[in-house]
Amino acid sequence: MTSIAAVVERAPVSPGADPRARENVLLLLLITPAIVVFSAFWLLPIARLVALGASGEAGIETYLSVLTNGRYASSLLQTLALSGLVTLTTLAIAVISGLFLVRQDFFGRSALVAVMTLPLAFPGVVIGLMVIMLGGRQGIVGDVSVALFGVKTVFAYNMVGLFVGYVYFSIPRVILTVMAAAEKLDIQLEEAARSLGATPPMVFRDVILPGLQPALISSGAICFATSMGAFGTAFTLNAGASVLPMLIYTEFTLNANIAVAAALSVVLGLITWAVLALARSFAGSGVSAAG
Amino acid sequence: MIRKMDSSPIRLRNCSKTYGDGTIAVGPVDIEIAAGETVVILGPSGCGKTTTLRMMAGLEMPDPGGHVLFGADDVTRLPIEKRNVGMVFQSYALFPNLDVLENIAYGLRVRGIGLAERSARAREMMGMMRLEPFAERRIDQLSGGQKQRVALARALAIQPRALLLDEALTALDAKLRDTLRTEIDVLLRRLGITTVYVTHDQEEAMSLGDRIIVMDRGKIVQIGSPREIYHRPGCRFVAEFVGTMNRLPGEVRDGQFVTKSGRIPCRHLDPDCREVMFRPESVTIADPAECDLTGRVAATFFLGDRTRLVVDGIGDQPVIVESESAGEFVVDQIVHLKVRSAAVHAF
Repeated sequence: MTSIAAVVERAPVSPGADPRARENVLLLLLITPAIVVFSAFWLLPIARLVALGASGEAGIETYLSVLTNGRYASSLLQTLALSGLVTLTTLAIAVISGLFLVRQDFFGRSALVAVMTLPLAFPGVVIGLMVIMLGGRQGIVGDVSVALFGVKTVFAYNMVGLFVGYVYFSIPRVILTVMAAAEKLDIQLEEAARSLGATPPMVFRDVILPGLQPALISSGAICFATSMGAFGTAFTLNAGASVLPMLIYTEFTLNANIAVAAALSVVLGLITWAVLALARSFAGSGVSAAG
Repeated sequence: MIRKMDSSPIRLRNCSKTYGDGTIAVGPVDIEIAAGETVVILGPSGCGKTTTLRMMAGLEMPDPGGHVLFGADDVTRLPIEKRNVGMVFQSYALFPNLDVLENIAYGLRVRGIGLAERSARAREMMGMMRLEPFAERRIDQLSGGQKQRVALARALAIQPRALLLDEALTALDAKLRDTLRTEIDVLLRRLGITTVYVTHDQEEAMSLGDRIIVMDRGKIVQIGSPREIYHRPGCRFVAEFVGTMNRLPGEVRDGQFVTKSGRIPCRHLDPDCREVMFRPESVTIADPAECDLTGRVAATFFLGDRTRLVVDGIGDQPVIVESESAGEFVVDQIVHLKVRSAAVHAF
């Protein structure tokens, strides 16, 4: 087997050349595998997808139609609003229960944590099924509401069902991160704030939340991205074109509108990526301000 | 510029603390601290000194029957945020997301004092603690000593009824600790604020406290001025914990304490006393004719103003002697020692 050093030796570098140039050749050789893998599995597929989006009759204007076409735009807005709401709700639930689980010691605590994180392994389809069992036409909530008020409450097949399913799906992912961060909070900071006269809500606002901020931003970003792209739950709940991934699926399989499906995918990816980048830069400045 | 603070006397009455698992952290203690007094609670780790401080602060609730009084107010049921005490922690506990000025002004902010006034008062505190150049610094840009000064300024900015310090200087290096200790001492006296200082460092306790409370295994073993604690230790634990103490086994015979290497005239000892203790500075190098004990030099340490000798062959353990004599000592030299009999303790 030829060693890298030997390859470099045989590289067309004139004798007496700048040693820096030789070093650059070596570095280029070393980075080649990364470039190959990156091109094959990221650059080429994405480029193809972007090109596909512009391959329809409308050409490059297909991208514009994603924003101007009422059906597409409303689906995009709904998906954004749903994901934002899911993220905020999940963070609120995770902060309250994460802090409680870290701070309180009670019988069955570790069992409860284990149970709460069980849905981590469930695919979206299973989550969708559980929402149907809860709020579907044969669901528990419907039965109870009939018994109590004589009216059947069904929420599984609209945005409420999606919201419940997405939150349920996200909680285990976020709560573990929040718990890990909550364990590292310095209790003396809270005691210091209290000694200075801060009431418990002020301690929460001024000490606990800033301490958890980096964890909340990173886990919130993941929660948001997962909700934007979630498909299994939406498919099981037969959400129609209400969320973007379902719309992409419909355009692709039923309408054979490949160009629009590709354009929608690219826009979905771009928006999610932009939100994540924003969150990251915000977290970065937050961390440096907190560190 | 520096106003006297309006501080309270503190009283703990029958305060004990038992944790959920039955561990008794502090047995019932009674402590009275006068307004403006600096009291140091001294003891080894796990002796209950921090728990006692936390009961004063309102971070721990004493067991039923215990009462914490600030002046005439019974504050036992008041949580710390309502007690108006300044607290300084070993870890500084400064808010990392706020700068120096915001840290110092925090207590004023939560009291609803407007930005202009709280900044002015915080700047006044910074002036007092010589922190003006660091107002906009982030906490992680400060040295340990600066951090501790910020913590102190933050605690004093709210004009507390008492200042409580928990091992406040332990995290600093020795030289800085000395400087800051002097600085704090001068400041506290000028402010006239009731101060309780918890430490395991007996040197710190000696130099800071008007009075020292020595604790051991959840109980108060002695309360007294630094001089009393040092020169008249009330029990064996205090004698051994504070300063260096020599121990010598033997027995009392005809008004003398007889050891295997000599005898010390001691009329005040109990007839069945089996061990005496004395400080290194209570021993002098003497002529062979009038000496009490004789031993052999095992090691010498020149300390500038005096020489510390480790002398073998007197008791079970080497005897430490601090001699002010200018003479030079060499290892294996035979020395004759005289012990000041009034400074001999027995427990």
